[in-house]
Amino acid sequence: MHAIETERLTKDYAVGFWRPRPYRALDSLSLQVGTNEVFGFLGPNGAGKTTTLKLLTELIYPTSGSISVLGKPPSHPDVRRRVGYLPEAPYFYDYLSAEELLTYFAGLFGLRGEARRKRVAGLLDKVGLGGERRLPLRKYSKGMLQRVGLAQALVNEPELVFLDEPMSGLDPLGRRDVRALILELRDRGCTVFFSSHILSDAEALCSRVAIVVGGQLVTSGRLSDILAFEVTGWELVMSDLAPDVAASLGARARKVVRISDGRYAIEVAPDGEPDRLVGELRSAGGRLVSLNPVRATLEDYFVQQVTARQATPPPGRVMSEG
Amino acid sequence: MGRVIGLVAYHVFKESVRDKVLYNLVFFAVLMIGASYLIGQLTAGQDVKIIKDLGLAASSVFGLFIAVFIGVGLVWKEVDRRSVYNLLVKPLRRHEFIIGKFAGLALTLFVNIAMMAVALYAVLGFMLWMQPGLASSAVEAPVLDEQLLKAFALLYVQLLVVTSVALFFSTFSGPMLSAAFTFGLYIVGHFNADLAHFENVVESQAAAWLGKALYYLLPNLAPFDVKAAVVHGQPVTAVYVALTAGYGLLYASVMVTLAVLVFSRRDFK
Repeated sequence: MHAIETERLTKDYAVGFWRPRPYRALDSLSLQVGTNEVFGFLGPNGAGKTTTLKLLTELIYPTSGSISVLGKPPSHPDVRRRVGYLPEAPYFYDYLSAEELLTYFAGLFGLRGEARRKRVAGLLDKVGLGGERRLPLRKYSKGMLQRVGLAQALVNEPELVFLDEPMSGLDPLGRRDVRALILELRDRGCTVFFSSHILSDAEALCSRVAIVVGGQLVTSGRLSDILAFEVTGWELVMSDLAPDVAASLGARARKVVRISDGRYAIEVAPDGEPDRLVGELRSAGGRLVSLNPVRATLEDYFVQQVTARQATPPPGRVMSEG
Repeated sequence: MGRVIGLVAYHVFKESVRDKVLYNLVFFAVLMIGASYLIGQLTAGQDVKIIKDLGLAASSVFGLFIAVFIGVGLVWKEVDRRSVYNLLVKPLRRHEFIIGKFAGLALTLFVNIAMMAVALYAVLGFMLWMQPGLASSAVEAPVLDEQLLKAFALLYVQLLVVTSVALFFSTFSGPMLSAAFTFGLYIVGHFNADLAHFENVVESQAAAWLGKALYYLLPNLAPFDVKAAVVHGQPVTAVYVALTAGYGLLYASVMVTLAVLVFSRRDFK
């Protein structure tokens, strides 16, 4: 059984007040997400990521297509009990504290008494808000609200969590914590489906990804299948290099970029013999700062796919009537 | 089902208890009721009636403000600030959310109306304590008349009707528009009885039918207002109170059902 399965999932919105026309936010999305995997749902802004998450949680209803979450329709009470959701830029009630909010939400799952108190305290400690538990939420920063959002998504110890841009609003330390939390969830047997446009997060966390652009699925699969991880070149950074030596590299370097006086970044082809080049540049007075292999990244792939799609937009995203 | 509705209702009540605006409204209502004592002093022989009249009127006006201003924001605020997203993905169905919201505001209103009733009885009690002779001179109605409770009970049911209307509008429109519609219906509701006899003043059959249709469609709020009868000691029978309250509760149920229907089909874009 898949944790999530969608079949030709489509969502149209009506745009315009006087003469509303359908706008296709999501177009025939067919997707399978296995259990106990961290799945990255990637795409630029406006690609349909949030629309998909709202369809999966039934905050909006599909125009056509089908959805199965944990083997059942998303409205099924059993699904609600086993799923957690962090909306994008979450907002909570000003009048409550984080502790009161989590107590309220835990109550919706039927938790009571000591079990509820323990769960709430444990979650607040886990997301690093133990010290601010009694502070009204209106005094929370954006990053702190994001942490509350994560805590409330986990209040029922879900089997499947939907996270919409979980890293947004977080500082580097917060992002590190969230990454650790996602991996901890995976180790506990939880399926994590998260949307993001920050590709380094996806690369660090996901076993599989899907990329959507303009409401359409561009690709989905294992990162290792999507990206060939072989070395595509070498980048060496040299200092104390005379300009004429840098200029004399000619065809041996794919690219020479001057960083500052005497400091250059030089990119060579995979068969460009970087060791020999380093030796030659050293004997010409240069000093090696770094030598790194260049690999295709998810970002390269993403940029390539998105620009290709945007150059030829799918016809009729705002569709004519009828 | 009842447990989650109770949780939502409790949090509506909690929010309103922590809301400074509500405190201001209740403070002014109690102040008005207190001030009616001073105004009563200026009118020789009519002071008890003035206090009752002003006290009930103040409760009615401030109760209306509370019902409308909290009612129109109840659902809209949650949708606008997207806090509803966190709730609706949990084991809380959309109809439970709406019923919980309504129940929470009904509880808030109950506490507020009860406070105003206590304030009015306190002023009247204080007056009786200051002028013990009043008890024998009050010929139309006793000073601490229990009939006042009937007026408060019907006021409460009337405010439930207003709340249900505000809640209904709040499921699909912004607070300004919802408040305007609700106030509009409140005013129209007090003249609703005139629509029933529209055929006496118009020639057109269609207009007469329209008047009749609107009479049944719009809330009829005039019967809830028994201030004059209570103040002047005219009887308000238990049957009248029960029938009027029954009508009010039925109307409110229909409005809450409509709110549920609209809200259940809504996309939260």
